[in-house]
Amino acid sequence: MHGRLNRRVAITGMGVRAPGSLGKDAFWELLSAGRTATRRITFFDPSPYRSQVAAEVDFDATSEGLSPREIRRMDRATQFAVVCAREALSDSGLAGISPHRTGISLGSAVAAATSLEREYLVLSDSGKRWTMSPDQLTPQMFDYMVPSVMAAEVAWAAGAEGPVAMVSDGCTSGLDSVGHGAALIREGSADVVVAGAADTPITPIVVASFDAIRATTTYNDVPDQASRPFDGTRNGFVLAEGAAMFVLEELTAARRRGAHIYAEVGGFATRCNAYHMTGLKTDGREMAEAIRVALDQARVNGDAVDYINAHGSGTKQNDRHETAAFKRSLGEHAYRTPVSSIKSMVGHSLGAIGSVEIAASLLAMENQAVPPTANLRSADPECDLDYVPVQAREHHVDTVLTVGSGFGGFQSAMVLTRAAA
Amino acid sequence: MSVITGLGVIAPNGLGVKEFWEATLSGRSGIAELDRFDTSGYPARLAGLVRELDSAEYLPGRLLPQTDVSTRLALVAAQWALEDAEVDPAELADYDMGVVTANASGGFEFTHREFNKLWAHGPEHVSVYESFAWFYAVNTGQISIRHGMRGPSSALVAEQAGGLDALGHAARTIRGGVPLVVGGGVDSAFDPWGWLSHLAGGRVSVDLDPATAYRPFDANAAGYIPGEGGAMCIVESAESARARGVQGYGEIAGYAATFDPHPDTGAPPGLRRAAALALADAGIEPGDVDVVFADAAGVPELDDAEALALRELFGIRGVPVTAPKALTGRLLSGGAVLDVVAALMSIQESVIPPTFGTATVPGDYGIDLVTGEPRPVPVRTALVLARGRWGFNAATVIQALGDRS
Repeated sequence: MHGRLNRRVAITGMGVRAPGSLGKDAFWELLSAGRTATRRITFFDPSPYRSQVAAEVDFDATSEGLSPREIRRMDRATQFAVVCAREALSDSGLAGISPHRTGISLGSAVAAATSLEREYLVLSDSGKRWTMSPDQLTPQMFDYMVPSVMAAEVAWAAGAEGPVAMVSDGCTSGLDSVGHGAALIREGSADVVVAGAADTPITPIVVASFDAIRATTTYNDVPDQASRPFDGTRNGFVLAEGAAMFVLEELTAARRRGAHIYAEVGGFATRCNAYHMTGLKTDGREMAEAIRVALDQARVNGDAVDYINAHGSGTKQNDRHETAAFKRSLGEHAYRTPVSSIKSMVGHSLGAIGSVEIAASLLAMENQAVPPTANLRSADPECDLDYVPVQAREHHVDTVLTVGSGFGGFQSAMVLTRAAA
Repeated sequence: MSVITGLGVIAPNGLGVKEFWEATLSGRSGIAELDRFDTSGYPARLAGLVRELDSAEYLPGRLLPQTDVSTRLALVAAQWALEDAEVDPAELADYDMGVVTANASGGFEFTHREFNKLWAHGPEHVSVYESFAWFYAVNTGQISIRHGMRGPSSALVAEQAGGLDALGHAARTIRGGVPLVVGGGVDSAFDPWGWLSHLAGGRVSVDLDPATAYRPFDANAAGYIPGEGGAMCIVESAESARARGVQGYGEIAGYAATFDPHPDTGAPPGLRRAAALALADAGIEPGDVDVVFADAAGVPELDDAEALALRELFGIRGVPVTAPKALTGRLLSGGAVLDVVAALMSIQESVIPPTFGTATVPGDYGIDLVTGEPRPVPVRTALVLARGRWGFNAATVIQALGDRS
């Protein structure tokens, strides 16, 4: 393959649907107030399950502007993605795109899980049959099994005819999809990419699968205080749903049209720990390496990081792992840098959360403030950084490091920088 | 430059590259009656089935209970590819090796069992492995862990086009400075629910004769046969291959992906544009292409659209076209990777495998489809095409080594 470009990438639009908030203004309002959106599961009766708490989105497809045909056709996660993509495009102010030069990079970890479970119950007569009858088969069943239709729907919503990708790297999908989209612009395969992620995993099979490995919280009696990243009393993550999509543009083109630039995607890197599908070593080595490479790409010294948006899932092994990774990559500066986990408020929406956290990072830059880690009363002694407990803080934010960690061993890091004029 | 130095093939018509290639040239098909459950109530009953592979022979026992059949096939394919490339992962730095797989259906049979346990017996019966045996990143994660590969890694979903996207992204990762990437795709979903889901797509052939059920570009084409398996490739920088003293099969010289306009617009699909962009990426002209490995949907309107794209790009009967996947069925993420393997073997052995089963190509298709017998002809450059349901198009140019200055 011959000459490739090395262009810079700006984020010029965002759309977000997070628990407790619809749209970026409500989302920031929730984050800056330190309000939690975790609650007892309402989508089904959670009483048979070990963990009965989740962060649900009060999403009404009709009032979100989806047509009855779209609602029938699209899985819930796809609906989230399409709504956010439309909002991001509108937010970007792009007057028209060149279809051939516009790409899509959509992340999701479990994609059509909700629809799969619904159809499973129909086809199996609520689990009674192993061999199923084709009588009640819906044509969408193929797309629930093979969910690349999610990216196709976003492409149709955006009018994109360039490279269209669905990135499914588990819980780093939300960072990796934006990193992938940025790579398409950087190398010249596209000029505009609508990138981001959506996941709607609050469905019995997913809840049961995390119950089985005791990864999720059992604070069922205090659902609004169930997600406690870095706190000594935390006992697992809170499952969530959500989505965030962004418009990525080649930087000089964005400037030429006078677009509002939230940030530049300065650097992105991903590494694997090659250790365990769900386990993490305490040393944070691979995440630290991803951080080091992302900073290097962004030509940013570690000391310039103003804020770290942590993965902060609220499992003991994660919180210690990434605390070690920050120290390993930033040295003494890790102790001087505010670190917070918005999962304390909006839970862990698996493949979507990385994008939701990018949205939070951009809003921190916009508002010159960092969101808090809610429910952090007494930190785990092994987590000794500044996790911005309970209250948001005004803070100079020009450079953000946001990280993700996921099953399969994926460790990702993105550096967002203010695009100097 | 990205060189492919190792191949691990798990195809319905052959295990390992040698057996697969012999079957591809001799016309041995892997399409047979699906016999893993009672299919009598289903309108379609043929599938491309991987047989006679005992994963327990190749994989450590602890991996068996935690993996779906598709992941076991992917792990064996990756192991064979590494062996074929004579890679000892212990000799490379861990961040110098990445994994990029395409996946389309995840650990579907595994998760079907867990759905069944949940709803028939209760949540406490769900496996501790369900949370990671199901999701689409599972093959990337398991390959990374098994071989100590800590470099940049990813998983992509684009139905049948995903395999080329994975190899394209592997090449992108190599350009980014990583010396070696395991790239490819493997899928399998032939439990009763998976089978129904294939049928839900509406394009599976209901013909019950394995010899005629999937006849891409034939005047009587009436759908495709789903298959399982796929292939993993060792994609390596030229410097890394040279340093290890391995030659390699060929080069990934160009890649591009496009997406079709919305079906309601009536605008032409994006396959031709993907092909043209891949040729441009490789810095070559249509006239440089010696063979096209077609997507070969086996559905008349899609065959027609692909034939039109080929005519527009190469002229009427301007290039030999073939579809060895007629012997395997369409493998979701694995199919296009098998085509890349076949393209590399065509280059190695100067022969184009035929499209078995296809007898009568409509004249107005205007394509030179290789049928009946293998066609001995020098092959230095192959174009591999793939389309994923709803509009994904991918094209990859594979070239003989030493062809470029």
